[in-house]
Amino acid sequence: MKSLKQKYCIIGVGNTAYGKNPGISQIAHNVLAIRSALEDAGLTAQDLDGVLTKAPTSTFPMLWGPKIAEALRIQPKVTATLDQAGASNIGLIQYAISAIELGQAEVIAISYGDNPRTGTRASYARPRGDDALAGLFGAPSSYAMVAKRHMHEYGTTNEQLANVAIAHRTHASMNPGAQFQELFTVDDYMSSRWVAEPFRLLDCCPVSDGGAAYIITTEEKAKELKTLPVYIEGIGQAHPSWDFYRRPELATSGAKIAGKMAFESAGLQPADVDFCEIYDCFTIVPLISLEEYGFVEKGEGGSFYEEQRTHIGGELPCNTSGGLLSETGMPGTQLVVEAVRQLRGQGQNRQVKGAEVGLVSQQGGIMTTHATMLLSNQGVHQ
Amino acid sequence: MSDRPVADKFAAFEELIPPLTDLNTPYREALSRGELILQQCQSCFSHQYPFESFCYECGSTELENKISLGQGFVYSFVKVHQPYHSAFKPFIPYTVATIQLDDGPRLLSAMLDLTTDVKIGDRVKPRIERITASESMLMYELERP
Repeated sequence: MKSLKQKYCIIGVGNTAYGKNPGISQIAHNVLAIRSALEDAGLTAQDLDGVLTKAPTSTFPMLWGPKIAEALRIQPKVTATLDQAGASNIGLIQYAISAIELGQAEVIAISYGDNPRTGTRASYARPRGDDALAGLFGAPSSYAMVAKRHMHEYGTTNEQLANVAIAHRTHASMNPGAQFQELFTVDDYMSSRWVAEPFRLLDCCPVSDGGAAYIITTEEKAKELKTLPVYIEGIGQAHPSWDFYRRPELATSGAKIAGKMAFESAGLQPADVDFCEIYDCFTIVPLISLEEYGFVEKGEGGSFYEEQRTHIGGELPCNTSGGLLSETGMPGTQLVVEAVRQLRGQGQNRQVKGAEVGLVSQQGGIMTTHATMLLSNQGVHQ
Repeated sequence: MSDRPVADKFAAFEELIPPLTDLNTPYREALSRGELILQQCQSCFSHQYPFESFCYECGSTELENKISLGQGFVYSFVKVHQPYHSAFKPFIPYTVATIQLDDGPRLLSAMLDLTTDVKIGDRVKPRIERITASESMLMYELERP
């Protein structure tokens, strides 16, 4: 990022309704979210010269980027569909920056949309080949294996995991667009049913329909528009890659290296961050992420959440719209949308006061991939 | 073990048996004889599972099948309550463990019919159960229940 010729901005964000939306196709979620982001930026589909997408998790079609372009009635210069699972939405921004830097495109839409709640979700509980006979189905069991190891190494407790879920639900209760807004207590958490010990139902994000999108361009182009630009300050990625149970360390993630890369490219450090939007498909993930980024010492993620230091108004607000756990189970695009809204001062009653720098953390697979992005408003919107 | 009768409670696992391939056939045939085999690289001598035509550690294509005692310890585990597949329903809640083999590789394995809870670090050994006339499955059990 240091040697890029110019600065890059997100100039528009949009999303469709999160939750259960019968009759809205995967294409529709993408197109409606992109059109909403374009309107937010003051642009039309004809202004786009790039369309980048992450394939829907539930079906994984081929040539998905061109299909979205067709549904926008455009023939863009650049399309791509990237597979870094839940980290793709930041990976796509990196791809967009590369395309703009190479002079191939100037205004690029990035989107994700899927309908696993009302459509098919067979892929979510698919047995994994030779491992099917081991009885490990579905993502919760695999992430629970990571959580169990973290508990063993650092003494992390179910009460601490409960406090991750509670923090994000508290923020979702201030978000009228969140799928789950009803508050719950540690006791409620403890009486929710086991899915795969050490995970209870409230450790797991929902399966949700929805779409989200954002528009990327140069600072120069952004200044021609009436939109409030949010600056991309730094991006990093790092991929632990192996099947989770074969990795040397189970209770770590790519956040350490991806975070260092992002902070170095931005010339920032963790103390500069005003809030985080962290991929939280399961409660253990944001806890490990905060440790790996260096916001807390290794092993102290649990107590950080238990002391409610991630609540809005606390020292490091995290997942201000409710995250995957409570806003919507979408794999990460919504985290970028919320970070942009916060940095524009559009967080309504969940606004982090004085927010200038936000960190977006994404990962996918079973902590198989990781990407980190630092965004800022350069102090101008509030 | 091969002359043991098929236990009905394991018959439902047949549906989960992956298709036979050139690579997994020796492993599956060994299991049905009641033996666990791993691949051993003849260049760097590391052990490997699942089977491949090359060594993940060094890239060598010189691999030999070796009988393994299969012993190891529990590196992590979960206790599954959700009825993801009908074959496992009679065992719910059942334990799935990440096993660190003494021979090097880690693998995932069901630990069914446990009479005591497992802990991380517990020593474990293979338990091979017949599912069909020609297929067996690898599970794990505690060395000292």
